[in-house]
Amino acid sequence: MEEKYALELILKGKRVDGRKFDEFRKIEINKGIIKKAEGSASVKIGDTEVIAGVKMNVGEPFSDSPNEGILIVNSEFTPLASPDFETGPPSEDAVELSRVVDRGIRESHAIEVEKLVIVPGEKVWVNFIDIHMINHQGNLLDAAALAAVSALLNAKVPKLDGENVLREDYERKLPVLHVPITVTVGKVGDNFIVDPTLQEEKILDSKLSIAVREDDTICALQKQGTKGLKFEDISQMVRIAREKAKELRKLVQSGD
Amino acid sequence: MIEIGHKSDVKLVIDGKRLDGRSSNELREVDMKIGVINRATGSALVRFGNTVAIAAVHGPRELFPRFLQQSEAGILRVRYNMAPFSVDDRKSPGPDRRSTEISKVIRSALEEVIFLEEFPKATIDVFVEILQADGSTRVTAINAASLALASAGIPMRDLVSACSVGKIDNQLIVDLNGKEDNFGETDMALAMQGGRKNVTLLQMDGVLTNVEFEKLLGFAKENCLKIYELQKKTLKEAYKRD
Amino acid sequence: MEKEPSIEKETKEVLKEHPELQVQIVLPGEFLDEKKGRKVGRGAFFEGEKVYAKFLGVPRVNEYEVNVLPLSGIYLPNIGDKIVAFISSVEVSGWFVDINSPYSAYLPLAEAVDEFVDTQKTDISRFFDIDNIVFCTISKVTKNKTIQVSMRDYGCRKLLGGIVIKVTPQKIPRIIGKEGSMIKLIKQKTGCDIITGQNGVVWLRGENKTKAIEAILTIEKESHTLGLTEKIEKLLG
Repeated sequence: MEEKYALELILKGKRVDGRKFDEFRKIEINKGIIKKAEGSASVKIGDTEVIAGVKMNVGEPFSDSPNEGILIVNSEFTPLASPDFETGPPSEDAVELSRVVDRGIRESHAIEVEKLVIVPGEKVWVNFIDIHMINHQGNLLDAAALAAVSALLNAKVPKLDGENVLREDYERKLPVLHVPITVTVGKVGDNFIVDPTLQEEKILDSKLSIAVREDDTICALQKQGTKGLKFEDISQMVRIAREKAKELRKLVQSGD
Repeated sequence: MIEIGHKSDVKLVIDGKRLDGRSSNELREVDMKIGVINRATGSALVRFGNTVAIAAVHGPRELFPRFLQQSEAGILRVRYNMAPFSVDDRKSPGPDRRSTEISKVIRSALEEVIFLEEFPKATIDVFVEILQADGSTRVTAINAASLALASAGIPMRDLVSACSVGKIDNQLIVDLNGKEDNFGETDMALAMQGGRKNVTLLQMDGVLTNVEFEKLLGFAKENCLKIYELQKKTLKEAYKRD
Repeated sequence: MEKEPSIEKETKEVLKEHPELQVQIVLPGEFLDEKKGRKVGRGAFFEGEKVYAKFLGVPRVNEYEVNVLPLSGIYLPNIGDKIVAFISSVEVSGWFVDINSPYSAYLPLAEAVDEFVDTQKTDISRFFDIDNIVFCTISKVTKNKTIQVSMRDYGCRKLLGGIVIKVTPQKIPRIIGKEGSMIKLIKQKTGCDIITGQNGVVWLRGENKTKAIEAILTIEKESHTLGLTEKIEKLLG
């Protein structure tokens, strides 16, 4: 019933919480909150909350990229975040979100993986970015991507003493080359809205998530939802995302 | 599937031509056939160069378990799977995260055209097997599934056509093969309702300026329309009198 | 003997010279015509004034309606359909019936039997038992596809002996033929009892069943072609 109301309002040009169509909810980013992680950040977009942690281990490089560190992005849809999440293997939504966030970071070359080699061809740093959903009130994808990037900017490479990883001691910051920001734009009728709430997500015709780098290039795109998009819609949604990404990036980079 | 690094010494464009001799806006050799699996309500086989996908449609049929049934409309289920022998390094059988995601996006690409409201409580099951993988498997799967759905007598508003586009060695190209997919800078998959021209699948990874992106959208639309014509031709010819 | 091959040859030649006589096939989403106040059949859909095909099939566009007959598909029941069905389970005061559709149907006792039956004392499988074949009518189809069948109409009965084949339901009209001409031909030439259900289930009984089945399956496969009647006549000998 709440969804019907949200839909009616949008078709009249308004949103339930009074926001403009191109307005995000209040965003709070806190870095370094998990002491045991090499890097971490919690992100709140309105009431949606997500925590990301970076852990680094020593490992063997992939055979086809012997001089590159490894990046592994994982997302957990922990049941505590929503009555709709269950324990057990990840749902297709969880798998999709995880892979889209991964691609946003990987394809943008956010991390300078060439600078994470310990012994060429033998030992490299393996960076795990784990994202935990804490509260689901819509737009988990943007929150997860924001948390991941913030955690990376916060991360430090531990010192190595021979075989031992000295996690108390850091030798340098994790080499971050680019700051990709993901913005999801939803379509309802002829209207485009950003940062949909949980109710708004249920009445979207479709949505497009766009990862944008600081040089305004796009590095990942994912369309979700069953209704089709016109080619002009796509261009407009990408334009909106590029604009909003600039705003969000300022928040991520402040306080470093 | 192991994520391969993008920095590579593999040159994909030599003297303006791609490794397999194609020009940038050229599709591979395409083969389309319907009615290849007679136990299925509808089926199709589609080949783009060395990528081969076979699709089967079962149903509409009663949906079990009952709690999944929707009283207002039927549902569409899609399973995309790569055969273990379809790739260089044998892929262990069974679903993985990649095929889970691809199954989901293919379902979203096809759902809107089907008149699901005519089959409440039932399901239409689409199975696509990739028999040979040489790049652009998900779009080949969609092209095959579209044909299978039409030949199964499923009521639809349109056919769905899909293609891949991308950037290799700074050149914008169409229909990526395996090497181009793995070693190129960008790849983008797009599916479109052939008549209405609504985009129902859009995925991209790589790095693109806005100008490059808009160009690729144009290439994708053009080539999806070419594929749409091939699909229509395949369906009409299958029913021509000898 | 000379006449029969040449009729078919003649048809083939005519078709070659006049490709527009080939049966036209339309595809889902293909534009058919402007509505112009006509009825839009179940095989088509309209947006504004434009009517499009819903199925891969044969267009039927005339002064009364714009429609498409699908070449294949499953059986979706409509009230009044006469079908050949199978008893799938025996309940206390009725039976569940397999009507060859994603939806199963229910045959209530009152719709099947005229005499008074005390369900406390009687096991109703004595009227219809599992796997019995019946010729019945679709009497109710609700919006969410709850289906009821009835044996009340003329001709409805248990079908004894014989065998059953399933064909694409959309081909049944062609198998029956114009005013029943095709099915009459098959019955005459093979001496078989044949009942065609609108749900694609056909019941046959008689010594020359095999010939009849061959004819029916040929019609199913080539229903959209011209010159089919001659081909079937030739087949039946």
